Amino acid sequence: MNVRADPTRQLVRLRGRSYVAFVFSPVVPIVEWLAEIDATLARSPGYFVGKPIVLDLASVDLSSAAISHLLGSLNERNIRVLGIEGVDEERLGANMPPLLTGGRACVITRSEPVQKAEPEAKPKPNSLLLESPVRSGQSIVFMEGDVTVLGSVGSGAEIVAGGSIHIYGTLRGRAMAGVNGNSNARIYCQRIEAELLAIDGYYQTAEEIDISLRNRPAQAWLEGDTMKITPLN
Amino acid sequence: MAKVLVVTSGKGGVGKTTSTAALGAALAQSGQNVVVVDFDVGLRNLDLVMGAERRVVFDLINVVQGVAKLPQALIRDKRLENLWLLPASQTRDKDALTDEGVGRVIAELRSRFDWILCDSPAGIERGATLAMRYADEAVIVTNPEVSSVRDSDRIIGMLDSKTVRAERGERVEKHVLISRYDPARAARGEMLTIDDILEILATPLLGIIPESQEVLKASNVGTPVTLNNAESAPARAYIDASRRLMGEEVAMVVPAERKGFMDRLLGRRAA
Repeated sequence: MNVRADPTRQLVRLRGRSYVAFVFSPVVPIVEWLAEIDATLARSPGYFVGKPIVLDLASVDLSSAAISHLLGSLNERNIRVLGIEGVDEERLGANMPPLLTGGRACVITRSEPVQKAEPEAKPKPNSLLLESPVRSGQSIVFMEGDVTVLGSVGSGAEIVAGGSIHIYGTLRGRAMAGVNGNSNARIYCQRIEAELLAIDGYYQTAEEIDISLRNRPAQAWLEGDTMKITPLN
Repeated sequence: MAKVLVVTSGKGGVGKTTSTAALGAALAQSGQNVVVVDFDVGLRNLDLVMGAERRVVFDLINVVQGVAKLPQALIRDKRLENLWLLPASQTRDKDALTDEGVGRVIAELRSRFDWILCDSPAGIERGATLAMRYADEAVIVTNPEVSSVRDSDRIIGMLDSKTVRAERGERVEKHVLISRYDPARAARGEMLTIDDILEILATPLLGIIPESQEVLKASNVGTPVTLNNAESAPARAYIDASRRLMGEEVAMVVPAERKGFMDRLLGRRAA
């Protein structure tokens, strides 16, 4: 059998693609029109860089030499012309951009240079500061770290923290520290009248808290499996 | 500029309605245009304390639902021509109040009055939250007992979070009004002290209303205590409180136990 390998033929594939181009429509006198372009460039240099530009000459009657001069002037301003519209083909020289037809008008959405986003999001704060008293019925839950309260924590209020809890008023409600399993968390308060103290799941209710500690500055921490509460200072 | 003031407490029976009527009448007596609004839909009382119960035709619910116009529901006080009452409905419940409807009524009242005093129902449900919703200021009525103080603390928390002002990042100006203060029991250490209450609530004091038979007497005849007997101890305390609300500096009087000559002679305590 005769085996013959056909050479694979490379097909020239033609695909359509559309781009939005800026259309320049010069008006006479050309010199003033160019000054207008210069003013735009002064406001935002590089505004036309990398943008496809089409020259619409329908509203002016320019000779071949004049078109060539206009293209040169635009070239000096770093404006490269993709094609030319609205002119007789014979006026375009061989080294000029091609004649374009069939363009459709559309709205140009100006894409301003976007402000670069913050290089990286700030790390989440790992402490929460409350400047007002925590009222009865309010529940403050902050798993990310420590909670500091400058006022008091009312009876029937609760503070739940992943880290330690610091209260610079009277603690009358519940304080639960180290709820994420942080056994090193502690609870500090200026006056202890707490309903419940808990650290990492170990807790003491008001009844179990030594009566001699009441109304005094105190701290609570875990020593192994037992919660210790001692007066501060 | 009109001020919307809610009289609230959380706990029932502490004297919200008495205080609303007494403060409203005291403000009106000093020339302010005042309306007292009963938000206790279903359990209304303010009309009784104001002595207007027989003149109620339309009420707050009718106005909120658009059945009646505001001027049809407003009742002018017989004693003071610049004191008005907007009564609550006794036959409906608090679910008949809508946030939007209450907002509309309060806005209309603002254009007519200097002071709009909202008598809140007890509790922390719909009626109480809507009564405080549009408030600029709040009077928190508290008895010198732990249960009342804790409920007041809860209400203060809600004033700081659930009101329109709080949601806009502004503050509702709050005042604590201690009512039913019994100097004799205070002297025996049977009640929370004023200092304890203020320390727990961390809110400025508006006044201390002594426990008195005058309050009961006044509400039984349907007259705010400040109108019934302006010289009585509770009336004087309410009048002082109303002057503080208007921004005056008035020295705070802590009611003291008054002992008669014979009592002192015999070392007896007034019960």
